[in-house]
Amino acid sequence: MKSLAVLASRVRFEEKEIFAALERRPVRYDHIDTRRFTAGIDGPRADARAYDAALCREISFSRAYYACLLLEAAGTVAVNRADVIAACGDKAKTSLLLAAAGLPTPRTVLALTPEAALEAAEKMGFPVVAKPLTGSWGRLVTVLRDRQEAQTVFEHRAALPSPQQHVLYLQELVDKPGRDIRVLVAGDEVVGATYRYGTDLRTGVASGGTSQPCPLTPELTGLALGAARAVGGGFLGVDLIESPDGLLALEVNHAPEFRGFREAHGDAIDVAGAIVTYLLAAT
Amino acid sequence: MTLTCPECEGDVQLAPSPRLSEITSCPDCATELEVTSLEPLLISPAPEIEEDWGE
Repeated sequence: MKSLAVLASRVRFEEKEIFAALERRPVRYDHIDTRRFTAGIDGPRADARAYDAALCREISFSRAYYACLLLEAAGTVAVNRADVIAACGDKAKTSLLLAAAGLPTPRTVLALTPEAALEAAEKMGFPVVAKPLTGSWGRLVTVLRDRQEAQTVFEHRAALPSPQQHVLYLQELVDKPGRDIRVLVAGDEVVGATYRYGTDLRTGVASGGTSQPCPLTPELTGLALGAARAVGGGFLGVDLIESPDGLLALEVNHAPEFRGFREAHGDAIDVAGAIVTYLLAAT
Repeated sequence: MTLTCPECEGDVQLAPSPRLSEITSCPDCATELEVTSLEPLLISPAPEIEEDWGE
């Protein structure tokens, strides 16, 4: 019988669905609260218990990355892999990989200081969207409509204690139809897609957005699979937006939520079941 | 099962078979709560969102 682990410090709707899906299969699994996870780096790895595979649902990017790095060092298959988490958890890395794969993305500039960001934003032309390198749900994402707004926001970013906040990820404001598209990808297959509607740039359910089923088209499927492959593959949530010139790949999420997806599709698509199937196939 | 919110002492209903680290919220004060023990069943205010949290 396969031995699995689920890493999660917060058990939300998604994790409960995954636990229930695991309990319907002939497998043994442990829920590991990642806040209490430790593993030796050299010598016997007694505390990194030998699991066939570990599903990482950890909400903290740092904990997720290091936990999977340690599990992989102990011979456990991590879903997703540590390098995939590293690629998805940093928007600059994600954008570089999407661009290197030749995929259409919004115009993006990285400025390494708030001062340089002001000049970069002016060159891009307002409005410009400023995003933090890590994080989700639209947190700290700001639309800058002119130089004065940009200066104010960049001054605030400069005052934040984290050096990473002083690096500005700037993106063109794409003229999109009040929604984005979340595509769930398992390996080389698309599980399904939803339109996510919001009142501002935030469209996730956690931010009060709503979801509707989105039909799969060759363009959508091809771009989502290409974006997933670009970051290294796995079970991923690919975010796309509809620009006047076609679909653009925005970002890739390594531990996608799917409550909104479930509300949109009901029982027609079993996301938790798809995750468990992918996890078992990875062992 | 009904527990008492550690913030406002309001009633908090948990679904049957709660899980460790499960997140719920108090219907009275909206505090986000975490199941921190199953035996005995205990809830505490959930950790605040951190800078690197996300999907």
